Amino acid sequence: MSDVSAPSEITAVERAGHWQSAAHRKRLRRRYAADRRLRFLGLGAIGLAIGLLGILIASLAYTGYLAFAQTRVELEFYIDPALVKSDDVRAGNFRSITRQALLAHFPEVTNRRQQTQLAKLLSPGAEWIVRDRVVAHPELVGNTIKMLVPVADPYDQLNKGLIRRDGPEPQRRLDDEAIGWFDKLDQAGLIHTTFAFELFVNADSRFPEMAGLAGAIAGSFMTLLVCLLLSFPFGIAAAVYLEEFAPKNRLTALIEVNINNLAAVPSIVFGLLGLAVFLGFFGLPRSAPLVGGMVLALMTLPTIIIATRATLKSVPPSIREAALGIGASKHQVILHHVLPLAMPGIMTATIIGLAQALGETAPLLLIGMNAFIPSLDSVGLLEPATALPTQIYSWADSPERGFVTRTSAAILVLLGFLVVMNAAAIYLRQKFERTWS
Amino acid sequence: MLTYAFATLLALTLISYLIGRRRAVMAVDGRTYRLHSRPAYHASFVAAWVGIPASLFLLLWIAIQGPVLDRLIIGTLPEGVLANKSTGELSLILSQIKSVADGTIFGNPDPFVLEAGERLRNWRGIAQLSMFASAAVLAMLGLVVAQWRISPEFRARQAVERILDALMIACAVVAILTTLGIVVSLLLEALRFFQRVSLFEFLFGLNWEPQIAMRPDQASAGGAFGAIPVFVGTFLIALIAMAVAIPIGLLSAIYLTEYASSRFRAVIKPLLEVLAGIPTVVYGFFAVLVVAPALRSFGEAIGLPIAPNSALAAGGVMGIMIIPFISSLSDDAINAVPRSMRDGSLALGATKSETIVRVLLPAALPGIMGGILLAVSRAIGETMIVVMAAGIIASLTLNPFQPVTTVTVQIVTLLIGDTEFDNPKTLAAFALGLVLFLSTLVLNIIAMRIVQRYREQYE
Repeated sequence: MSDVSAPSEITAVERAGHWQSAAHRKRLRRRYAADRRLRFLGLGAIGLAIGLLGILIASLAYTGYLAFAQTRVELEFYIDPALVKSDDVRAGNFRSITRQALLAHFPEVTNRRQQTQLAKLLSPGAEWIVRDRVVAHPELVGNTIKMLVPVADPYDQLNKGLIRRDGPEPQRRLDDEAIGWFDKLDQAGLIHTTFAFELFVNADSRFPEMAGLAGAIAGSFMTLLVCLLLSFPFGIAAAVYLEEFAPKNRLTALIEVNINNLAAVPSIVFGLLGLAVFLGFFGLPRSAPLVGGMVLALMTLPTIIIATRATLKSVPPSIREAALGIGASKHQVILHHVLPLAMPGIMTATIIGLAQALGETAPLLLIGMNAFIPSLDSVGLLEPATALPTQIYSWADSPERGFVTRTSAAILVLLGFLVVMNAAAIYLRQKFERTWS
Repeated sequence: MLTYAFATLLALTLISYLIGRRRAVMAVDGRTYRLHSRPAYHASFVAAWVGIPASLFLLLWIAIQGPVLDRLIIGTLPEGVLANKSTGELSLILSQIKSVADGTIFGNPDPFVLEAGERLRNWRGIAQLSMFASAAVLAMLGLVVAQWRISPEFRARQAVERILDALMIACAVVAILTTLGIVVSLLLEALRFFQRVSLFEFLFGLNWEPQIAMRPDQASAGGAFGAIPVFVGTFLIALIAMAVAIPIGLLSAIYLTEYASSRFRAVIKPLLEVLAGIPTVVYGFFAVLVVAPALRSFGEAIGLPIAPNSALAAGGVMGIMIIPFISSLSDDAINAVPRSMRDGSLALGATKSETIVRVLLPAALPGIMGGILLAVSRAIGETMIVVMAAGIIASLTLNPFQPVTTVTVQIVTLLIGDTEFDNPKTLAAFALGLVLFLSTLVLNIIAMRIVQRYREQYE
């Protein structure tokens, strides 16, 4: 110790360790720089994460917004009584009618092969649209009707500027002749771009311009309904039992560990469970919303149970004690007082759980809810159906280019639903959440 | 039909509630204060006796009717038909019979199929009717028994509460049943798979070509189910995901807990959570639409061939998905470090970064490790991103620019559109599922243990 107080040592300390010495100041600068570095790294990481989120949303919006518009051509269809019998409209030859209507604008196209090429300008759905109109109004047979019908996907993309007009012809989707035809119609003022209502009212289709999400939305709705009806009561009952009534024994400890584990089991394993048990053992039909809902309910259950228990825990003991004090039974305390107070929290958790279930794809794929269902006629809990995420998956897998924008649009619709659900959850939380003080 | 059955039962239950209530009130001539329990309890008691046994009976009937009828119908088929038929052919015949019974006839089925279909249709009718009748009898029986017990002294509240307890226990047991169902179904199917392919070959084989084994004339089934390339691919993609997610997630958590103002935190934290709320199918499409082409053209620019479905694209996008997971768990872990440790370090003159690196991170390390393990289990089990963005062919490589396949991709490709349960191809998916379930289970248990022990340490 005496060494330290020696005069020679003090100068040494002054030289290297004094807080005003140059060496120390340098060290201090370095330490502050390290601090700033970590700070910027952190800020950069957050910026990167948020930036990636931005890129994700922006790229989907950029490719998807075009699908909300549809290029249509305005044509006059002469419902030739020779082609359509007024007593059996449905069997009429509407393909010929739509073709005639289009060819009428191109008297110069006489070559049969060219005419066939030209007819491909219209969507294959055009004839069905005309047919449905005439079926609804049989008195139109023999008259001329003016209608907007969608053009085929390549022309739609041409109009939206997604297909190149120049460059070597063989590498393009449309040759100069086809582009010429389209431009002629455009110059005649017959091409219109209107809202793509098909996206929301049609079922799935092989043709991008006719494919819609109505079937998938209906399927998702039914699946979520089943999921809600099963997971909500079961989840609350299980949570109330575990939190309020369960004796502390081996069985309840096992259930608890179990629930925590189930919450972290990969979703595809639940799909395997559904496939083996619901389809394989119980023989329920494939692709059915009922099965999908049951699988998703099993997945949502742990989420709801865990959140409900947390909410029940947050109800202050004074409420229970007051109720018990005026003679309520334990069941009455919980049913009449604790549960109603916890309800907003439980509902918030349920909505968040359902939002997760809405985006869940893998388990639905395994039980076959990626079926191709081109009609809206058979909608039911045991009928084959698709859901929004599986529809997105099927469209993303389709080779036609039009499905790229369709997929992005479907994703935007799905994200829209998720935003609405989460906003509802946040609203509920803010409106009803009580802080007990 | 079933909808009607349940609707009728619901109506019966409501009516019996009213009956029970009326009965209880009448038992004391309207002076309800003389009842032991409030009239609503008497009413609920009766309703429970009517509704619960009958609906349980209905559910049980529905669950077993199909398999029982199948068994019976197969028993009535003529002798010669069943001789040396595989289960696959048998199930084909069965589905033919069923479609005949549903009223749709494809092509020209054998006469015995038509006959059996007709019989099945009859039996179904009989079964439906007897189900309806038995459920109705059961409900009525419940009504009589429950009504008979109503009296002023009857402790209806206690009885109803006991019923409620039983119902709640049943709901809690669903969680156990789910796990049990997962384990049993995976084990059963996997065992059937290992009867055909040895466990050793499955776990250590280097060649994974399940599609070949689909064709019976190719005898290479044994060599085609070596899952090592699949495991390696899964590992590689999870590794890439972690390489993206851990630095970004950890650094954002550090910034958010230690540097950010509370207002910044309030805005940024929910934004990061949004990343966790986006469905994985969306990430998958993002990988295909944006990330893979971008990587590819970047690779072309620097002269590096990057496959369109490279492990890098799938793993990178998966990493983005996992960022919020890591950041929120690390956030919790760092926040859980006692204030005194932070203050002590700062009071000794350490800068913030020194406090973080030397004090907070070591103290929070168990919690962060637990979070990382949970994230790894998440990455292994993640399906849609890899199904859409990674490869299908199993190649044994650690090159991130090459396509690799994962366990989940194989499960999905093996099972889509095929539910024949006695095909090695289908069974292989369950074997992979078992491996997936067990490995995520082990990771989860370890992670939860670590997190829990760590939490106890500071509480």
